[in-house]
Order: sequence, then structure tokens, then C-alpha cells
Amino acid sequence: MVGFWHKRPKRALHPIHLTVEEGEIFGFLGPNGAGKTTTLKILMGLVFPTGGTARILGRNWTEPSVKAQIGFLPEQPYFYDYLTAHELLEYYGQLSGVPAKGRKQRIDEVLAQVGLTDVKGVHLRKFSKGMLQRAGIAQAILHNPKLLFFDEPMSGLDPLGRREVRDLMEQLKQEGKTIFFSTHILSDAESLCDRVAIIHKGELRGVGAIDELTSTVQGKVEVVWQGTQIPASMKALGADCHITGDRVRAVIAERQQDAAIDALRREHIRLIAITPLRTSLEAYFVEKLQHSQKTAGTLV
Amino acid sequence: MNTRILSIASNTFREAVRDRVLYNLIAFALLLSGAAIFVGQISINIERLVVVNLGLTAVTMFGIVIAIFIGIGLVSKEIEKRTLYTVLSRPVRRWEFVVGKFFGLAGTLVVNTFFMAIGVFGALFYVAQKFSAADLSILVALYFIVLEFLIICALALLFSSFSTPLLSAVFAFSLFVIGSFADDLRAFAAATHGIAGWFATGAAYLVPNFSALNVISAVAHQQQIGSQLILVNTLYTLFYTAMALSGAVLIFDRRNLK
Amino acid sequence: MTARQRTTIGATASLLLSAVACVLLVRHIDEIRPPEANVDTLYVDSPKIVKRASLGFNGLMACIYWTRVVQYFGHRHHEHALTFNELAPLLEITTTLDPQLLPPYQFGASFLAPKPPNGAGEPDRAIRLMEYGIEHNPDNWHLYYNLGFVYYTDIKDYKKAGEVFERGSRVPGAHPVLKILAALMNEHAGDFSTARLLWNAAYESSNESNMRQNALDHLRSLQVDEDITNLQAAVSRFGQRTGRLPSNLRELALAERMPGLPVDPDGHPYQLSPEGRVTVQKPADFPFITKGFPPGYQPPASALPTQP
Repeated sequence: MVGFWHKRPKRALHPIHLTVEEGEIFGFLGPNGAGKTTTLKILMGLVFPTGGTARILGRNWTEPSVKAQIGFLPEQPYFYDYLTAHELLEYYGQLSGVPAKGRKQRIDEVLAQVGLTDVKGVHLRKFSKGMLQRAGIAQAILHNPKLLFFDEPMSGLDPLGRREVRDLMEQLKQEGKTIFFSTHILSDAESLCDRVAIIHKGELRGVGAIDELTSTVQGKVEVVWQGTQIPASMKALGADCHITGDRVRAVIAERQQDAAIDALRREHIRLIAITPLRTSLEAYFVEKLQHSQKTAGTLV
Repeated sequence: MNTRILSIASNTFREAVRDRVLYNLIAFALLLSGAAIFVGQISINIERLVVVNLGLTAVTMFGIVIAIFIGIGLVSKEIEKRTLYTVLSRPVRRWEFVVGKFFGLAGTLVVNTFFMAIGVFGALFYVAQKFSAADLSILVALYFIVLEFLIICALALLFSSFSTPLLSAVFAFSLFVIGSFADDLRAFAAATHGIAGWFATGAAYLVPNFSALNVISAVAHQQQIGSQLILVNTLYTLFYTAMALSGAVLIFDRRNLK
Repeated sequence: MTARQRTTIGATASLLLSAVACVLLVRHIDEIRPPEANVDTLYVDSPKIVKRASLGFNGLMACIYWTRVVQYFGHRHHEHALTFNELAPLLEITTTLDPQLLPPYQFGASFLAPKPPNGAGEPDRAIRLMEYGIEHNPDNWHLYYNLGFVYYTDIKDYKKAGEVFERGSRVPGAHPVLKILAALMNEHAGDFSTARLLWNAAYESSNESNMRQNALDHLRSLQVDEDITNLQAAVSRFGQRTGRLPSNLRELALAERMPGLPVDPDGHPYQLSPEGRVTVQKPADFPFITKGFPPGYQPPASALPTQP
């Protein structure tokens, strides 16, 4: 469980109150530069806040005993590239206090779990980005911590890599671990998280389940139909239309989709698809700022 | 606590070795054997003198360069490469990290010096055809050189904890040179008056006392080194290293790792 | 107290403790190291080697060696050492490294020629050093002065001294004292006033404590010699007048109408021996006097000109 209130030296972070439940995957969302990594670094004791407290697993976040129960995967990690994966985990195992007796076995277990068994004797400087990420997760879970902190775990990965990391995280949740991870990609958060906190420019903008939050914003849908005709009624709806080849794509507000379907049917135009458009987090925030003053929604 | 320090130390050692640091021994061996053979050819009655002087000076120079070049990156490289994050997120205290790094580097230099010592004695045997009792003092000189290395390692680590590698190298090397003239600095400070005198005295005593640790000339002339001096130099190195490492710990403990 | 606070306190305590220990140990090391350890000229005989080893930083090394010269001499002088074997080598190295550095020549002029414990007792090397200095600084009148100084004070070759002073006085910008000294060497070399002029100049022209003290000691000894000479002459006059010796100096002072009881530069009254010899109370305070020794006192080596 994490609850904290803090300020950052140069740019003040506004009061943030967060609680993360045990056994859930909690997403910490925000565009680049929002303060996600800084928050994580503060929690890890890498950066010192000017004020505030945090409690991790019932203890003060600065207590050394806390560290034995948490795992950390930094953003785009490098590791000692002159070591092999096995040696790396051996080193980290020693530092984390994994008992020497079962250490080798545990290392093999973890390597299997992240799918790096084949390359355990290869020097890390030869690893691809995806492999490094998996090695990172391996070192984070090596000592079987209850709570995991991942900073942009999917960044820089190809779709296959992202899928693998997502699956791993699901697996870890099944094992009963709690995961707190940061990302700027909404879709990743959507597929994994139970709850999220949204942070923008150092301010907390909302905490809760994703749909609850983004539902405050008008969703849009994309309507695709056959032909190159644009019915007048469509234009009346204020549709944003593009003609591509023999199809027309139009973006309209979600609540207008029934009206759009009727319009097309009246003209006997063949409807090809209606797809809800998810706004990117960036656009979401831009819209938020344009429409209203700052709204610090605090749903717990 | 100790196992963690040991882990960090041996990992630091491993890094140095895999960084091919020990290859410097090849250059050293070439230099020394070349000199020994050359001197043996000339046979001008001072072969022993040349080998001991050259050998011990080379051991010092090579070692100082290694100590500085590895030492300056000990902390800064880990920060730059962000390998430090995963280490410090574990139950590792920051001071354990500093101390572990120190022992790793010191260990590397001790091992390096050990091999070099063999080289020096080998070259000595080649030119002198035998060992004499006076050669034991060469061991003392080597021991003092190792003490010098310990001090430089600690200083390099101190600078690495807050400064860029380039500046750290400059500071560490400057202190090595100034420390070699520590005697003269103290004499100069004693002759200076007023506020400048206070500053000079302070600096003169804080600078590493390498002039007392450099007994190469004496040993080359087969002088014996007093056991009391050995003891006091050892204590001095102990405390000086502790001083530098304490500074490193204090600084590093406060550092925000952006 | 958090772990971090504990670390801070521990590290700070360790830092301060170690710093103090280091300072104390350095002082201890200085005491137990053999004195020769500070003088590596024992092993490096050739100034040329030192110059090459300086890798071009001659000026800096010259300054360092100059510091060592002063250290070496001051230390041994304080210990009343009887040998100063390294003084000449150190000075030679210093001036080889930087021939234009002047204080070493002056120091050499003051302390190379006199016999121990006041100097190294090597007048020839002193001459060589001054000549070397003149060769490299032909337009610097100080060096001629120093050379003449050596001839005058230690070698007592007044003719040569006069020649050197004359040479020096012709250098553009030379101090007028050189011309004066050149002239004085002809007939008044042995006069007290000449010696006083020279030693006053020596005192004024240096900031270095050893040299100033040396000049001061010479001036004080000069004063004593002069006083003793005058007092002895007064005793003779008294004897001629009265046919007997004065019973004490008070009687002599009254007879000669002296302003007061004659005292030495330290304020101690002179003494009169039963045989009529005037003596100084504490000859050890005046290392360069040539007269006024109490009976049975062994004078150390002298550096003053003999009296006419």
C-alpha cells in the first residue's frame, strides 16, 4: 500500500494521495515528462523529496527492510554488459539476500519464467532490447518480492515483446503479486490495470478504473461506408469526412452514431464499419485543459 | 552487510578484469625485461640500481594510472549507465556500495602489483644473478607503493561520487603530484605567516603524504627501512583512506540520482 | 533515528577522527624518518640529472629546491651540526635549474664559505657558485656584490674583493655602495666602519631569516670588537697616565669621562680582568667576535676581518 504527498524541487508536485491495494495491477499513467519516473525514483530512494511521506507494505519507504520485499525495473535498463544473465542474477541474488543454498535453482526458475533459459550464458552486451527487458523483470522478481515497481516496462519493445511482457505481468498477478507500473500508452494500461492514477505536469488528475475516467470525455467513433458520397445529413451532424479510394471515413461523436446509421440507411449507403476511437492520453489531456479548469478528480 | 560489500567488491574486480585491465601487465613485463636485458648488456656496475629504480617507478606509475582511470568511473559510470538503480533498489546501503567499490578496486591493484613484483624480482635476479638480504627492503618499498594505491583509490572514489570523470582524474592526479612533494609543502607552510600560513598548513597536512611512502631511492641504495616507519605509514594510510571514504559516503548518501 | 541519519553521523565522526589521526601521524612520521630522507641529493649527484628529470618544469623545481636549501640549513644550524655537506650540492642544483633565481646566490655567499657551525666551510665552491651566477646574470650587480662579499668576509682577499666590487659598480644601475666598497678595499679594508657598511647592506638586502640573523650577529660582534678595541686602548692610556691598571671599569669610565658604564650590545657590562684585559660577559652570545674572550675560553671559527 502506498500513500504519499510530496513536492519535487524544481517543479512542485501537487498533493497526491494514492492507495494501491494488494494483489492488483495499478497503472500510473501520464504523458512524457509528467513526473512518473521521478515518483518511482523517490519511492526507490534514488531521489530525495523535499517533503512528504510514503508507506510501503506498512512501513516507511526509507526503511532498508522494505527493499527486500520490493522489486524495481527501471526504464530502459542497462545492466553490467560484461556479465552473463546467470552471473547478473547471481550478483543481484547475493545483494538481495537470496540464500546461497537455493539460489541457483531460483535463478533457473526465474530465467525460465521470463524465457531466457537458452541465453543464460550469453554476455548481456549481446542482448536485444526485449531480452534486456526480460532480464530486468527477472532481476525484479528474483527474490520473490510481494510488490513490484515497473517504469515503462513496454517502452521500446516490438508488438511481440509487448505481448510477452503483458503476459508476464498477468502471470505475476496470478501469483498474488502487486504491480505498480508507469506508462504513457493508454492501451497498455487498459488491457492490464485494475485501477489507474493519471498524472499530468506533476498533478494528479484522477484515480480510478479507466473507463470511469475517460468516460467523462466525449468518445468519438469512426464510421466507414462504401462509395464516395457524403450525405447531406452527415454533414449536418458535423462529421469530419475523408474519402480514401472507394470508401469514406467520417469521425463523429459517439452519441451521434445512431443518427449516422439512420442517415446512411436512408440513402441506401452500405455501412462497412463503426469503430469507437480511443483518444490517446495526450489528446485526452489537451482536451481536458481546453475544456475546463484543472479538475483534480479523486475517486478512491 | 559484509556479504553485500564482498559481492560488490568482487563484481568490481570482475569488471576490471573483464575490462582487460590486467593486460597492462604485458606492457609492464615488456618494459622491465627490455630494460633488464639492456642494462645487463652495458654492465656499468649499477645494474641493480637501475632495475630497482626503474622497476619500482614503473610499478608506481602503472598502478596510479590504473587506480585513477578505473576509480574515476566507479560511481559515475554506474550512474550514467543506470546500473545503479537496480542495485540501490535492493537492501544495499549506499555506504556499503561505496566501500564495496573501494575494496574491489584496491583488490585489483593488489593483484596487479603482486604480478608486477614477480616481474621486478625476476629482472633483478637476471641482472644481479643472486638475491641478497638487502632485497627484502624492496618488498617494503612495494608494500608502501600498495599503500599509495589505496590512498589514490579512495581519493578517486571520493571525487567520482560527485564529479565528472574528467575532473575526477584531474583532481586525483594533481593530488598525487602534490602529495609527492608533501615534505616541501609542509616546509613552505611553516615559513609562511598570517592567514596564508594557516591555509598553507592546512593544505600541507591534508595532502596525502606520498613523500614518506616513496622509499624507492633509499631501497635502490640498499638502505633498510625502519619497522616503526612501516607501522606508522600503515596507520596513516588506514586513517587517510577512512577519511576519504567517509567523505565519499557522506556525499553519495545525499546525491539525487537523476 | 533513520538508517540514513545513522550513516551520516557515523561517516562524519569517522571523517573528523581520521583527519585528526592523519595530522598527528604525519607529524610523527616526520620525526622518525631519517633526516637524509629529506635530502635526496645524497643519491642524485648531478644537477644536470635533476634538470632533465624535471621535465621542463625547472622553475618550479628550482623553487622547491630553494625551499629545501633553507630547510636543510636552518635545521642543521639549529642542531649545531658540524657538517653541511649537502648545502653546496643543493645550491648547485637550485641554480642549475634556474640560474636567474637570486636568493640562492645570496644564501651561498652567506653560508657556503664560513666554517662550521656557521657555514659549510667551502669557500671555493662559494666562489664557483657566485661566478656561475655572474656568468648567467652579467647585468645583475647583486651577484658581484655577493662575490666580493665572499672574498671580503671569509677569504679576506681584499685586493680581489676590491676588483670585484669595481667590476660590479660598472654595471648599469648598480647600487652606489659598490663603488664605495671598491674604494674602501684599498686602504680601509680592515676598518670597523667598512665591515659595518657591508653587514648593514647584507641585513637590508635580504628577507630570509637565516641571512638576516647572520648579518645581525655579525653587526653585534663587530660592535663588541670595536668596543673592546677602544676600551683596551683606554686601559693603555690610563696605564700610561697613572702607571697602574684601573681597578675596575667604573674607574676607567670616570677617568676617560665616558657617558656611562660601558655595556655590550645586550646591555651587559664589560669586565676587566686583573691583568688588564677587557672581556665580554657572555662570549657565546656573540659568535663572531675576535677579541674580549674571558681567560680560558675557546673561540669558535671566526668570519671577521683581522684587525690592523
